Amino acid sequence: MEGIWMTAAFYLLAAIILGSALLVVLLKNIVHSVLWLAVCFVAMAGLFLTLDADFLAAVQVLVYAGAVCIMVVFGIMLIQRGDMGSTNLFNNQTKAAAGVVALVLAVCGYLAATTPWASPAAAVPENTVESIAEIMLSKYVIPFEVAAILLLVALVGAIFLAKEVKADARND
Amino acid sequence: MLATISLTHYMVLSALLFGIGLFGVLAKKNAIAVLICIELMLNAVNINLVAISKYITPTLFMGQLFAIFVITVAAAEVGVGLAIIIAIYRNRVSVNLDDFDWLKW
Repeated sequence: MEGIWMTAAFYLLAAIILGSALLVVLLKNIVHSVLWLAVCFVAMAGLFLTLDADFLAAVQVLVYAGAVCIMVVFGIMLIQRGDMGSTNLFNNQTKAAAGVVALVLAVCGYLAATTPWASPAAAVPENTVESIAEIMLSKYVIPFEVAAILLLVALVGAIFLAKEVKADARND
Repeated sequence: MLATISLTHYMVLSALLFGIGLFGVLAKKNAIAVLICIELMLNAVNINLVAISKYITPTLFMGQLFAIFVITVAAAEVGVGLAIIIAIYRNRVSVNLDDFDWLKW
């Protein structure tokens, strides 16, 4: 019985993810695109729950649906002026882009369908947070620290980039 | 086949999402739209990492750890990318990628 519910949950979440991702690409108003992006991220957190990754689902909601979407909306509000209804248009490369995407999908689909995947050896342990913390803070502690430094550098870089041009504009 | 969800289902979903993101990256005019489509592509990769972590190495948690690192890098990328777009907008009063041709010869 649980299998049926997991199957239904997978198809429902997959439909929400793909539908909202299509709306992100196809809508003409970029603010609406970002709102559908948030829907897509929340549905993806649900998909992580079906994959027994509850910590990652929480991180997904906090970082992507919370921080990234809000940051992008702030960016749009600092930038866009005038008519919002035509802020997210296609350029004149849609046919070439469709060809490239079809090629990528064909290769990915072929490889995913033909690769003989190993069957799952065991179930995922219950306490994912403890297991992730154990390897993150022992074997992978250097990548963890590098990620911390990367966030600091990105913070300083973002401030510098957004401030530098302002100083230039004042000199002109 | 359709009743039980296998690794291939997640792979196909992730490939489709990656394709949608790639189409947006290649075919959108607005620089911010390209940035959020890159986010879609990174999320497709995350689905793959977590699905492989569950179905092939359930006890190692390598895939979930890598997904966390991908999320970290994506957050940093959005911050720096938006700062660059704001800086360019102040210079050029445009976010249309076709207008950005400084490096064109």
